[in-house]
Amino acid sequence: MMDELRELYQEVILDHGKNPRNLRHPADANREARGENPMCGDKFTVYLTVNDAGLVEDCAFEGRGCAISTASASMMTELVRGKTQDEARTLFHTFHDLCTKDEEHHHDHGPVDEDTMEKLMVLSGVRQFPVRVKCATLAWHAMNAAIAGEAKASSE
Amino acid sequence: MNRLSPAIAAEAPPYDVERVRADFPVLSRVVHERKGKPGRPLVYLDSGASAQKPRQVIDAMVRFMEEDYANIHRGVHVLSQRATDAFEGVRDKVAAFLNAPSRDTIVFTGNATDAINLVAATYGRAFLEAGDEVVLSIMEHHANIVPWQLLQAEKGIVLKVVPVDDDGVLDMDAYAALLGPRTKLVAMTHCSNVLGTVTPARQIVRLARERGIPVLLDGSQAVVHGRVDVQDLDVDFYVFTAHKLYGPTGLGVLYAKYEHLKRMPPYRGGGDMIQSVSFSGTTFKEPPMRFEAGTPPIVEGIGLGAAIDYVEALGRDAIALHEHDLLNYATQQLSQIDGLRIIGTAPGKAAIISFTVEGVHPHDLGTVVDQYGVAVRVGQHCAEPLMDRFGIGSTARASFALYNTRAEVDALVDSVRAVKEFFGA
Repeated sequence: MMDELRELYQEVILDHGKNPRNLRHPADANREARGENPMCGDKFTVYLTVNDAGLVEDCAFEGRGCAISTASASMMTELVRGKTQDEARTLFHTFHDLCTKDEEHHHDHGPVDEDTMEKLMVLSGVRQFPVRVKCATLAWHAMNAAIAGEAKASSE
Repeated sequence: MNRLSPAIAAEAPPYDVERVRADFPVLSRVVHERKGKPGRPLVYLDSGASAQKPRQVIDAMVRFMEEDYANIHRGVHVLSQRATDAFEGVRDKVAAFLNAPSRDTIVFTGNATDAINLVAATYGRAFLEAGDEVVLSIMEHHANIVPWQLLQAEKGIVLKVVPVDDDGVLDMDAYAALLGPRTKLVAMTHCSNVLGTVTPARQIVRLARERGIPVLLDGSQAVVHGRVDVQDLDVDFYVFTAHKLYGPTGLGVLYAKYEHLKRMPPYRGGGDMIQSVSFSGTTFKEPPMRFEAGTPPIVEGIGLGAAIDYVEALGRDAIALHEHDLLNYATQQLSQIDGLRIIGTAPGKAAIISFTVEGVHPHDLGTVVDQYGVAVRVGQHCAEPLMDRFGIGSTARASFALYNTRAEVDALVDSVRAVKEFFGA
């Protein structure tokens, strides 16, 4: 199998794609937003439980898409959990830059710990496959919209 | 689109696909070359989205720009005359291609979508009222849904949708039942871009005609895969696009019965469509010019003319036979893959195969087979209602053209097997 494909579909992505984590609708979720990729029809709903201190206590999602979008949604729920809203937003913007821009155009959106960065880097292998960027960022757009209090997001 | 008779099949000379392929420069290219890696030969199975162009079409367009180019219908100078003759000659060619009764029934548009919008915006706006019904099918391309929805929002017309069965066959009983006193138009695909289903156009028209209802057929896929005779079909409106017929982008065709064109108000206003302009009142040209405002895609018209010549020289029956062989072979080979489901199994279908593979999302499949050089389309194919009908989000689609080979079918099958292995499906 070609190296390029292995680069995109790393083991961890195949694993999360097949066995997505936090694929559920938490009863106490107080934010949610739908993400839709009009190109393939994939739809996700991302749920957040944000406490009074602005901490994301829980993050989950529903919906199924391709391996890339599902894995990205699954990994995102794990990364966002326990972060503040501001930190979650930082993750979104950092990840978005990783997927869509050359390194010299990456902005500093705030601190991201090394372990998290490593996981974002795995997902950002999609950069080599421009048409798949929307798959990888779909759930992230929805998460960002949920934090902003919007009901809908598109990866367009 | 008429079925092939066995007599034609028996008499047909052997189809030399390698010679045909040599006419298409892009087919000899290699994709995904990287440092130290040779790349893969292109296996182009996405002609349903847009077909590749033969040298004959490319050369005709280049030659025209190099030798005869000028604006048309305007100048008295020699190039304008030559360009006008060449462009208007294509109108004759298109009329003959569809067996239209007259060149004046052929309107050039931007593409098939534009042609349907033209009918909705002129005929629809002028002659349909609130409560009037337009009958379409569940397998329409968005291009034959959304223009009617725009008219629905504007005028309060009602859309009625004919279902298909699990094979993708149009439910003709439901169709007949939907034709009622308020039905003012039928707008239907002649061949589904997803399922390959060829609709029984003659019967569709006959049932509507008995009730005095005009019919529009979307022939974007149908003209590519078989012979179309608009007089034999007795259809009122027929649309197709040049780029799927091995011609250039930017040009579509609307055939309409002259009696309709004559009554239809203008589409867009501008030069070339007017008789006389003054601020106290402007008069319009007769059809088809009334519907062609502004400078048309002249070079593209020359390209379409060359594309029609190309297809006619190969022979539309010979092409249909060749594609039929590919369809049968591909159906047989793909069916042997566990977990592969073909969506669209109507008898007499065209060479389009939509499929899903259990455990693999079509987008992942598309990305992986692309690495093998195999170009298929994945997604909803601009037919979201049809996806919902079959309970799927999207499919992969291989569409076959006059230049494809059995070896390319094998390449597709091998790449799909590799996909399954890769994802452990």
